[in-house]
Amino acid sequence: MTTPTTVVNVGADLLADAVAEQAVSVTRVDWRPPMVGTEAHLATVAADPRRRTANERALAAMLDVTSTLVDVVPASEVLGLQRGEFLHAGPPITWERASGPMRGALMGAAAFEGLVDDPEDAVALFESGANVTLEPCHHRSAVGPMAGITTPSMWVWVLEDQASGRRTYCTLNEGLGKVLRYGAYAPDVIERLHWLADVLGPLLQKAVRAAGPVDVTGILTQMLQMGDEAHNRNRAGTLMTLRDLAPAMVTSGFDTADVAKAMTFIGGNDHFFLNLAMPACKLALDAARGIDGSTMVVAMARNGTDFGIQVAGTGDEWFTGPSQQVDGLYFGDYGPDDANPDIGDSAITETAGIGGFAMATAPAIVRFVGGSVPDALNTTRRMHEITLGENPRWSVPVLEFQGTPTGIDVTKVCRTGILPQINTGMAGKRAGVGQVGAGLVTPPAEIFPQALARLADLAHPPQ
Amino acid sequence: MSTHVELRPGAYADSVTLLQVSRTVQGLPGVAAAQVAMATPLNVDVLTEMGFAVPAEATPNDMVVALRLDDAGALAGALAGVEQALRDANRRESGPTATAPPRTTGSGLRRSAGSPGHDAIAVVSVPGANAFVEAMDAVDAGRDVMVFSDNVPLEQEIALKRAAAERGVLVMGPDCGTAVVGGLGLGFANAVSPGPVGIVAASGTGCQQLLALLDHAGVGVTSALGVGGRDLSAEVRGLATREALRRLDEDPAVELIVLVSKPPADDVAAEIEEYAGTLSTPVEHALLGAGRPDLTAAAESVLRRLGRDVPAWPVTGSASPGSGVIRGLFVGGTLESEAQLIAAAHVSGAEAGHTFVDFGDDAYTTGRAHPMIDPTLRLEHIARAAADPATGVLLLDVVLGHGAEPDPASRLAPAISGIDKPVVITVVGTDADPQGRDRQVRALADAGAEVHLSNAGATRRALELVGGTR
Repeated sequence: MTTPTTVVNVGADLLADAVAEQAVSVTRVDWRPPMVGTEAHLATVAADPRRRTANERALAAMLDVTSTLVDVVPASEVLGLQRGEFLHAGPPITWERASGPMRGALMGAAAFEGLVDDPEDAVALFESGANVTLEPCHHRSAVGPMAGITTPSMWVWVLEDQASGRRTYCTLNEGLGKVLRYGAYAPDVIERLHWLADVLGPLLQKAVRAAGPVDVTGILTQMLQMGDEAHNRNRAGTLMTLRDLAPAMVTSGFDTADVAKAMTFIGGNDHFFLNLAMPACKLALDAARGIDGSTMVVAMARNGTDFGIQVAGTGDEWFTGPSQQVDGLYFGDYGPDDANPDIGDSAITETAGIGGFAMATAPAIVRFVGGSVPDALNTTRRMHEITLGENPRWSVPVLEFQGTPTGIDVTKVCRTGILPQINTGMAGKRAGVGQVGAGLVTPPAEIFPQALARLADLAHPPQ
Repeated sequence: MSTHVELRPGAYADSVTLLQVSRTVQGLPGVAAAQVAMATPLNVDVLTEMGFAVPAEATPNDMVVALRLDDAGALAGALAGVEQALRDANRRESGPTATAPPRTTGSGLRRSAGSPGHDAIAVVSVPGANAFVEAMDAVDAGRDVMVFSDNVPLEQEIALKRAAAERGVLVMGPDCGTAVVGGLGLGFANAVSPGPVGIVAASGTGCQQLLALLDHAGVGVTSALGVGGRDLSAEVRGLATREALRRLDEDPAVELIVLVSKPPADDVAAEIEEYAGTLSTPVEHALLGAGRPDLTAAAESVLRRLGRDVPAWPVTGSASPGSGVIRGLFVGGTLESEAQLIAAAHVSGAEAGHTFVDFGDDAYTTGRAHPMIDPTLRLEHIARAAADPATGVLLLDVVLGHGAEPDPASRLAPAISGIDKPVVITVVGTDADPQGRDRQVRALADAGAEVHLSNAGATRRALELVGGTR
């Protein structure tokens, strides 16, 4: 037998010292006890004979997907949405349990759809529950940032995996500040929604159809090398999208003033690309859904009240806990008392290995909590501790082009206690306020042991 | 109360930095409110809502510094604070850049996989309830693993070894204290030269005794693979033993394989025998138990099979006869049971009243380090046994090797030097061990002990000293 070149030591340091004395390199694992109450379930899941190959399949399925932008259409045409149906971010929620920004966005959307004249009148409508239904975006192959409200008349991006023909959807980004997704519903907010549906949507539809499919995965690859992490920083991605669509917008035959306004709107909205990054991530992750025995997380999403995850090996079940407060910086006079707990489907980016997981490539983001550049590098490195692999397409130059940490493993989260790092915006907790800041947040720890317990229930005994 | 608003055309910092700068400036003395921001429409709205009048010519490329002061005299200090905060924000002290260590075995293996020509092995010594999960990381990565941990549930051992067998991974353990893999000692292994013998052992100190005896006889060992005490049970069915045998058979340096264990369950013995018969390398079975050859006899048999001379096993010092019973106080479990078996074969153990204790047993190690690392508990018992008038001779072992106490004689020699009863000690180890066998033997002999290399020899000598010889 050949002499090992490296010993990976987990446990007593004494045993590592004994190896080091023999001039063989030692990697010392910083082992700590797993999350409370998970020991037996971890063993059961580790012994599931399907686990290793199921996780390999889940990761490979996800990494195989490429997303192309193929169309822009009203949600009613592709999501099967009827008047009175509202899609929202996160796991299922009722009006009674909905947070301020979720209620505000529902009220604004009800006015936009013409169900009420004044958003304030929508409160009674939702309280009665008559002729209105709430359903997660995730249940209809869609994702929505912040409140994520999607209604039949809103226009959506259509992303397709051209190998399988599968599609995902997301609304057009409204810009920053007082916007519907942050719970604002003032007249200018509703007016902007009408402009998105009447002008921008049709213009983008014509441009996308004329320009041909846009390689969204390719833009993500490039923007990650340009200082974007594709959750809280989407500047390069936005401008590359504009670059790809601008000629077709100009030659669309639309009124030149409308075209100019649309280009100004896109160019001035640093988060415009977020609504393409999110469905691209969902399209990839959905390929891993329903792989029995896999412990990989396929969705992390928040509705402003609950934080939920779904796992490849547990079907469509949501594991939920309370949304956490965001740690970050506030706009203007706003402070922690003004902020709503974590909200939005945008954590799909972290689930796919970017956003907070790619912090190293966008060090500016770490300053939201007063961190330093090494903190950003360490965050990405730390996420490798809880992921199944790396994304060879999405690499981080400053980490020697290492791929982004990809495929959150429920068992690794429970073993290490390391929670996924999410970069996010902060919504005001009162309906109608809008965005109050941005920062960093993690899921509630307890949802991972919950998911693990279910995986243990479903585990096959060892052969 | 006064306000100050200034535009700084051409100045730029990203919004995150500016939020941070604003927060810093808000904390300065005399500052009631502060906002430093690029004059984007959104920020101009925010500033307007805060009651600042932003000049109409402001563009998104201008930086706005807006301050509300308790009194106009605070302006100079506040502006200096803005400068300082902007400077600090753009030139932060970098924290330590050292990479944090891996948190799981899988992560450790993944990181080490980057080095060229790498051949990593995992050593797991976390608590028994957690060992399976860590060891499975190694199996998943296709890497051999030594599980030093004890108290691993039997069903987990079986699951681990079945998964490993599928992938051609070797699991040494659980409860594997000693291994030599291609010359590298793991756990409490002795430093031995490479040579023609490969060992598969279900017993740690049994393996070490064999290594020490062969080393003395000038026969090297390339690999000694522990498999854990339960591997040859009817439940585990020799899963690791088969893999270990296969690995040694593949190694062209190995001329003879020695399998050391307690007698396996009958049908398992037959299965292993049959498997061994399919190998191209001969297998010598050294099965320990009542009526079977002891470890020293097994070593002698190995030597004869290799055509080597059997040396006289060294004895240093000389103990005088004693009167009473043998008090055997051991740190090695296999050495303790071997001594007990040999004593029992001489006269009825019950009649003679000899006692043998293994301080490495779980009963003594709960909440305490193994006696090979911390001798304190055994030293207390040695003092007690020495004071007991019934004690005729003290029979002890000292196990050297990597990981063991750095200088056991430094505490044991003073402890025995004042004892007026005969003390017989087996020192299991080689001169290449970090503790140096010769040095340890000399120190113990100088303290009055009679020191053996063979545990069987030491036990027979103790029996002779108390008149147990027939």
